[in-house]
Amino acid sequence: MNVKDIINPANLVYEKTTVMNDTPMHYCPGCSHGVVHKLLGEIIQEMDIQDKTIGVAPVGCGVFAYKYLDIDWQQAAHGRAPAVATAIKRLLPDRYVFTYQGDGDLAAIGTAETIHACSRGENIVFIYINNGIYGMTGGQMAPTTLPGMKSTTSPKGRDEKLEGHSLDMSKLLMHLDGVCYVTRQSVHTVASVRKTKRAIRKAFEYSMMNKGASVVEIVSTCSSGWRMSPADSNTWMEEHMFPVYAMGDLKDIE
Amino acid sequence: MAKLKGAIVVNTERCKGCDLCVVACPSEVLALSNDANSKGYNFSFMEREDNCTGCAACANVCPDACITVYRVKL
Ligand SMILES: Cc1ncc(C[n+]2csc(CCOP(=O)(O)OP(=O)(O)O)c2C)c(N)n1
Ligand code: SF4
Ligand code: SF4
Ligand code: SF4
Repeated sequence: MNVKDIINPANLVYEKTTVMNDTPMHYCPGCSHGVVHKLLGEIIQEMDIQDKTIGVAPVGCGVFAYKYLDIDWQQAAHGRAPAVATAIKRLLPDRYVFTYQGDGDLAAIGTAETIHACSRGENIVFIYINNGIYGMTGGQMAPTTLPGMKSTTSPKGRDEKLEGHSLDMSKLLMHLDGVCYVTRQSVHTVASVRKTKRAIRKAFEYSMMNKGASVVEIVSTCSSGWRMSPADSNTWMEEHMFPVYAMGDLKDIE
Repeated sequence: MAKLKGAIVVNTERCKGCDLCVVACPSEVLALSNDANSKGYNFSFMEREDNCTGCAACANVCPDACITVYRVKL
């Protein structure tokens, strides 16, 4: 059988989710943000909740998330997505409400909003993209930057004596009573993509069961900020990020 | 056991030539083209199409949702 005969709607096994529109995404080639957008679209399509889902977009490279997924969105000031999501979910409790935030947004300027929304047990989902730096502004050091990791503001590598330790938000948030689910995943292999999809779906389901806040951290690459190819970034992430930010569930109140 | 045979279609205009599908393909089907799309990216294509099993590994890791996968049982 030749290729022309195989390419037939009857034989379709995978295609782009229709929740994601055809607008080309502004992300750099290979950026993890794209994979996570795609997963959100697939989950929303599979759960059939396109008209019941509201995302809150951050400041950071994810700022234009609202252009690519055809759901309702609100864009928040830097770090304030959890506060905005709180208001939306309280006013519209029948909607699935999630924030989409980078580490500069969730773990630096927005730390207070993150902690208090989690502590209050808001029934929202945090999609937390941790690439260890401020991607959008040119790769500066973030609270999450690894010890010894080079960035534009730590050109010799992060010095823990001077600049402190890497901030592990998931480890911190799991201790809050308002939080029902904390998991750390990645999207660099087929297996990890599938696991992340299951994790996000579970978080969405928990939010509608009024169990409290869910945090899905996705340890990600920023090949432009890290100054490596996308494939090398994946290897670097496995070798350097995973020992500090270990994969797996940190909390799950079933 | 039934043999699986697959084929993919790349949205070449959407593709950014990131190479992640090429690396992810377990059957070494894919490569980046010498041709570029209108944005200047060398897009992905099936260089060894006979090897494709339709496993969709490439499509799952593609950050830009460029790949459609088809599969038949022979
Ligand atoms: C109030 C305010 N302070 C600072 C900035 C500059 N700024 C824009 S994006 C960003 C950090 C983004 O990093 P992150 O959240 O990790 O997202 P990424 O771009 O890596 O996905 C900063 C500091 C801003 N836009 N607004
Ligand atoms: S700068 Fe980094 S996080 Fe931003 S789009 Fe590029 S690769 Fe992605
Ligand atoms: S479907 Fe599987 S075998 Fe075919 S090109 Fe994609 S990854 Fe390779
Ligand atoms: S993973 Fe997607 S964007 Fe990257 S080269 Fe392959 S088809 Fe193109």
